[in-house]
Amino acid sequence: MDFDLSDDQRLLKDSVDRLMAETYGFEQRRAHMAQPDGWSRGSWAQFAELGLLGVTLPEAQGGFGGGLVEAMLVADAFGRSLVVEPYFAHAVLCAGLLRHAAEASVQDEMLPVLAAGESLFAFAHHERAARHCLSHVETTARLGEAGFVLEGRKSLVLHGDCADRLIVSARLSGGMRETNGIALFLVDAAATERRGYATQDGLRAAEITLDGVIAEVVLGLDAWPGLSRAVDEASAFLCAEAVGAMDALLALTVEYMKTRRQFGRAIGEFQVLQHRAVDMQVQLELARSMALYATMMAADPDEETRSRAISAARVQIGRSLRHVSEEAIQLHGGIGMTMEYRAGHYLKRLAMIEKSFGDTEAHLDRLAAMGTAW
Amino acid sequence: MDLSFTAEERAFREELRDIFHTEIPERIRGKLRHGLHASRQDQVEAQRILNARGLAVPNWPVEWGGQDWSPVQHYIWQEELQLACVPHPLSFNCTMVGPVIAQFGSLAQKQRFLARAANLDDWWCQGFSEPNAGSDLASLRTTARRDGDDWVIDGQKTWTTLGQYADWIFVLARTDPAAKKQEGISFLLVDLTTPGITMRPIQTIDGGREVNEVFFDGVRVPGENLVGEVNRGWDYAKFLLGNERTGIARIGITKARVRRIRELAEQEWDGDRRLIDDPGFRRKLASLEVELKALEMTQLRVVAAERQLEKGKPNPMSSVLKIRGSELQQASTALMMDVMGPYVAPFFDEHEIEFGNEPPPGPADAATAAPQYFNMRKVSIYGGSNEIQRAILAKAVLGF
Ligand SMILES: Cc1cc2nc3c(=O)[nH]c(=O)nc-3n(C[C@H](O)[C@H](O)[C@H](O)COP(=O)(O)OP(=O)(O)OC[C@H]3O[C@@H](n4cnc5c(N)ncnc54)[C@H](O)[C@@H]3O)c2cc1C
Repeated sequence: MDFDLSDDQRLLKDSVDRLMAETYGFEQRRAHMAQPDGWSRGSWAQFAELGLLGVTLPEAQGGFGGGLVEAMLVADAFGRSLVVEPYFAHAVLCAGLLRHAAEASVQDEMLPVLAAGESLFAFAHHERAARHCLSHVETTARLGEAGFVLEGRKSLVLHGDCADRLIVSARLSGGMRETNGIALFLVDAAATERRGYATQDGLRAAEITLDGVIAEVVLGLDAWPGLSRAVDEASAFLCAEAVGAMDALLALTVEYMKTRRQFGRAIGEFQVLQHRAVDMQVQLELARSMALYATMMAADPDEETRSRAISAARVQIGRSLRHVSEEAIQLHGGIGMTMEYRAGHYLKRLAMIEKSFGDTEAHLDRLAAMGTAW
Repeated sequence: MDLSFTAEERAFREELRDIFHTEIPERIRGKLRHGLHASRQDQVEAQRILNARGLAVPNWPVEWGGQDWSPVQHYIWQEELQLACVPHPLSFNCTMVGPVIAQFGSLAQKQRFLARAANLDDWWCQGFSEPNAGSDLASLRTTARRDGDDWVIDGQKTWTTLGQYADWIFVLARTDPAAKKQEGISFLLVDLTTPGITMRPIQTIDGGREVNEVFFDGVRVPGENLVGEVNRGWDYAKFLLGNERTGIARIGITKARVRRIRELAEQEWDGDRRLIDDPGFRRKLASLEVELKALEMTQLRVVAAERQLEKGKPNPMSSVLKIRGSELQQASTALMMDVMGPYVAPFFDEHEIEFGNEPPPGPADAATAAPQYFNMRKVSIYGGSNEIQRAILAKAVLGF
């Protein structure tokens, strides 16, 4: 085991950190969010230029040639800066889906496009009654004369509002929640009906109606193994993003406690508050460990081994983020309640991470159902 | 000892429930039930209906519109109001400045302000906190300087809740800079249309506008607007904050939210079963209900003890109510988020929720779940933070 970064990884981390320092201050972020798409095309181009959009993709397909550790480094930095660009939807979810669920020829065609960031990809998967069940798919696909015809409604499609292409899950056979019979298709987003909106954490999403839409490309007809793997990898990314956010939030809180004065001294001098900050640190460390664990295990091809590890990480991260973010606001007092201050934005992002791809309870259920054995 | 409500108390409860349900428009109560805010107009309308029935300010002295009720009746009134999702009579008027004026104000002030406050003809806001005086309120720096018969106020207040709706603000200002911290403060009533006052909104993290900064630049206030005696303002503020704390437990509001959680969980499907049939969820809900019941019984003990307490003397047990009440309000908003699952994410502002062409995606009330969770972080911060409450308990109850 080696917890140290390689030289290349360090270089990547430094360049992402530098980019964030230069382009993603609190005010700059606000300006990005004020752009027409709700995020900055300029930042997007910079991500592409640095190779971040294809960070986990092979060089032969226009990628950076990194793996999940590299993705974790990006996630950590983006978590600290609360990045609002469609990175997660495009470069994490959709890159993973293409890698794990699409045929080689499709990968060769699509991955370079994705890595260049020219065409924006989003994953249209969730449906209204799914709650936290990943295999819940009611949207149907049926083979017609011109190809597969898709019928159904997709919901909470992250960055679906401005995506050019959608990766859509649809059912060929089987019951509503069966893992067998789920296929993935590539669809021209313009052929769908979309209702876009902002999310609580300043991202964008859409409700999407597929009303007899014809799929452009078939990614995979037995897509569950690839889909679940891509989503587990995405969960590992969210874990690392949450750790970045928590780390920055704790630092912000401690700094505030050292400067905010009440009763003639810095509030950080009250031992009772020091202990509260220390408990946040404890939660952060546990989360950090489990985010590493998630990164380590997310590539495991055995579904059960992998998802057990991912769920374990998500449970710890879910608990830690709740503790750290709520305490951070409390220790700030009123200032923590305002839009004008960073802390509340971390609270919001962290709360939304907890509800993405299974909440803490759902992951605990998954573990309990498996009968955990390490 | 008899722990049950008497027949009269039960009848009293029925009577109030009936009034709240039939006389306060569903249009207004529905908003609160769905996690939306009452507008200024809603608040005024509801309070005037209550006031016409003598139900807006029962806690005031009878001669100024209050009711000669037992502590249990007051408790029932508050609980039924909250369970029915009636907007609470504006606390700045009814539990803050009104009782202070009634207790310490001049006859002229009582005649001028009290009836108008009860009827919400004047909307009051609270000008206590300052950027550098939060928990340490007594370190406030806003000054009021004597000039002839007038007072001239300079300084800044902050976190002024709903100041944008207000006509008047009650202000703590330093009138004797040489005195010890708590001893040189006075309590002033200020017309917000007075020249020299500016207000700036502060947006809260849920996206709402409920707090403001208020700047005072040479604001001239007639001498008659000082409450009680000069430099005794801290005593009045303590009296006021004691009243604020018991109200802040808001058990009825949490109960109403828990009921709503149950209702929504019965409507929400998870595959082929309802969320309410998920044993894990049921345990969480039951657990919150137990915690709420324990708090409710504690509140009843505090209410019962009020009969024995010297009038107006704060009961340190109210700090227990404040700590636990705020924690459970927060826990209930977190559980509401669990009901919504991923549908906590879409952001729609209240105007869109109420008047948009299409409802926000997901279960009913999904769009207000996360904003409420974010917004309720405030209840452990204001009204004396939970850390300050613990400090009070450590001293007053445990004798440290
Ligand atoms: C939404 C909202 C609405 C409000 N409305 C009003 C209003 O209408 N009018 C008004 O006057 N005020 C209002 N307030 C202000 C509120 O009363 C203050 O926020 C509160 O007093 C805390 O002060 P502060 O925010 O400056 O935090 P600080 O006092 O700076 O506290 C920061 C942290 O330090 C802790 N702390 C401070 N001192 C100690 C200590 N001695 N021991 C242990 N811990 C300590 C606090 O508990 C908190 O966790 C409102 C606040 C909010 C958030």
